[in-house]
Amino acid sequence: MADTWDKARNAPALESMLTIRRFEEAVERLFHEGAFMAHYHLYIGQEATGVPLMEALGPDDRIATHHRNHGHVLARGADPDRALAEILGRKDGLNGGAAGTLHLSDPDLGFISTSAIVGGSISLATGAAFALKQQGGDAIAVGLFGDGALEEGVAFETLNMASLLQLPVLFVCENNSEGALGSAGGGFPTSVSAAKDLTDIPRTFGIPVETVDGRNLEDVYEVVSRAVEHCRQRKGPYFVHIATARWAGSQMLWPQLVSGETDISMAWDESGMTGEHEEWFREHDPVLLFARRLVADGDLSQDEVTEIDERVKQRIAKAREFALDSALPAPESALQNIFV
Amino acid sequence: MAKKNYADAMLDVLRTSMEEDPQFVVMGNEVLGIGPEAMQFEPFQKDYPDRCIFPPCSEASFAALAAGAAMCGTRLFAHLGLASFSYPAFSSIANEIAGARISSGGKLEVPVTLHISHGLLHGGGAQHSESPLSTYWNVPGIEIAVPSGAYEAKGLMRTAIKSDNPTIVITHAFLYGAEDEVPDEDYEIPFGEAAVKREGGDVTVVASSMMVGAALAAAEQLAGDGIEAEVIDPRTVVPLDEQTILDSVAKTGHLVVADEGRLRCGVASEIAATVAEKAFGSLKAPPARVTRLDAPVAFSPPLEGFITPTVERVVAAAKESVGEAAPAASG
Repeated sequence: MADTWDKARNAPALESMLTIRRFEEAVERLFHEGAFMAHYHLYIGQEATGVPLMEALGPDDRIATHHRNHGHVLARGADPDRALAEILGRKDGLNGGAAGTLHLSDPDLGFISTSAIVGGSISLATGAAFALKQQGGDAIAVGLFGDGALEEGVAFETLNMASLLQLPVLFVCENNSEGALGSAGGGFPTSVSAAKDLTDIPRTFGIPVETVDGRNLEDVYEVVSRAVEHCRQRKGPYFVHIATARWAGSQMLWPQLVSGETDISMAWDESGMTGEHEEWFREHDPVLLFARRLVADGDLSQDEVTEIDERVKQRIAKAREFALDSALPAPESALQNIFV
Repeated sequence: MAKKNYADAMLDVLRTSMEEDPQFVVMGNEVLGIGPEAMQFEPFQKDYPDRCIFPPCSEASFAALAAGAAMCGTRLFAHLGLASFSYPAFSSIANEIAGARISSGGKLEVPVTLHISHGLLHGGGAQHSESPLSTYWNVPGIEIAVPSGAYEAKGLMRTAIKSDNPTIVITHAFLYGAEDEVPDEDYEIPFGEAAVKREGGDVTVVASSMMVGAALAAAEQLAGDGIEAEVIDPRTVVPLDEQTILDSVAKTGHLVVADEGRLRCGVASEIAATVAEKAFGSLKAPPARVTRLDAPVAFSPPLEGFITPTVERVVAAAKESVGEAAPAASG
């Protein structure tokens, strides 16, 4: 059932968000240490969308994600050891080293695809929805994509088909083209759409739409829960537009983690929040915003937040060790897994 | 003559085209790749802000848009990005562009230039590693240029943009920084004229794009073993300069074709078949194909390395052809 955020979920949600944050910081550090080569995309700044979305889904739901996938896969519950090993191309990675960052996925958790082609996730997710509808039951499909995907023809074709066939697919557009430093910091144009409001596009096809501020975990949870329920009840597709912020740290367009590793004490101690990234710390960083709210409301103490962060740091340190200790795959396995 | 890199050589041509033709437009994101050379585009863009267009992620649309504009007299240079991103535009290329002239009874010209980056990228995985030269070669009606260095980039790009035919220029994503002696003045390299990059009498090695460098490195190693390889860069595959290849094989009797694309229905297969068909009597050994192995690209370095055509594989193939078995080597 669609529901509002339950405060009992606060601590696990913070832990999940911090797991993504510390994981991504580890990815950035490992890249600059030369542990792997790749064109990668961090999820920093979008934790408050992936975590509540995965919280709202059920175990039988199927998901198609895209190049900025690390947060989705971790929030769904993937093992950070094996996810990090995959990004380093190691044998013990979730996909045996064949996927890397661009195609990281965990099929055991319901992921059917991680496409690095803009718009590639939208149509496959709709295929999953077709199957789930055919098969009965109430499982739904989720297609995750960014704002750029709505520039591809396949997005328009698929929205039309999903609506015509009334398929149980939840389209989740994480629009990271605005906010924070935006394109100015990355030196690269992001969204190039004549549509001023991207939800006008699915609306044209008669698909219900909703927009939510991606900095607020509880708000995202309420909106996506409503959307999930709509799809579960077989009322057709639903489109959630989440306004979020892409932050630094992605190779190759903006590789330096300009604001440094997250200092969780900024959730209660203002003294460090100065300099050119002050606005990020105060207004945008969804992890700090959530932790700050929990402490201010008395839901968690400073010590409890610190304790969660320390536990996560140790977890990711272990993942880092696991990934670096894992062997590279045997070269000749390059020809395996092409056909059944 | 000054040393300049491939990206600058391309910019020379784009700048000349802008100056000569007030209608000329460059459309694309990351026209010079996403490596350090990408920055070289900025001053150019500042000089022609109204005629450098950053399109949306709409490859299918703007490939055809560029061709439609070209049919009506406005020439565009359209960069489709990494080769994987040209696949969404495949219908525009194969259905709309390639057959336009013949279907018009020869009345239409389609002077559009499309540009694609290709290649194994050391971590590109299944969707950022394509080398679709043979895919587009199998679509008749399009000229295809494959510049292997900065000198060729400038001359072939110039010819491509001046051509009244649709042309695809395919650049290796790792070549944008490659330096060469490049004349300051404009020049054209005619399509259909291969370059003999190194002369030798023992074995002919045909290679394009990044594989030219690999073939030359292999030739150096082979020379150390007393085998003189002749390295031929076709520079364009449509049209293909068959004669230069056939003449070389007539001299050497041995053929190795090295290509970063795949084996089946690939560039190496096509060139080997052409030589087998037209110069069978010259061949003293079966033609050898050194290509990427036929698998979707897996991410991890040893997996990508396993399918990559390397200098060592070119050396081994050449030695086997001339009858001197290579020592067992992997990779």
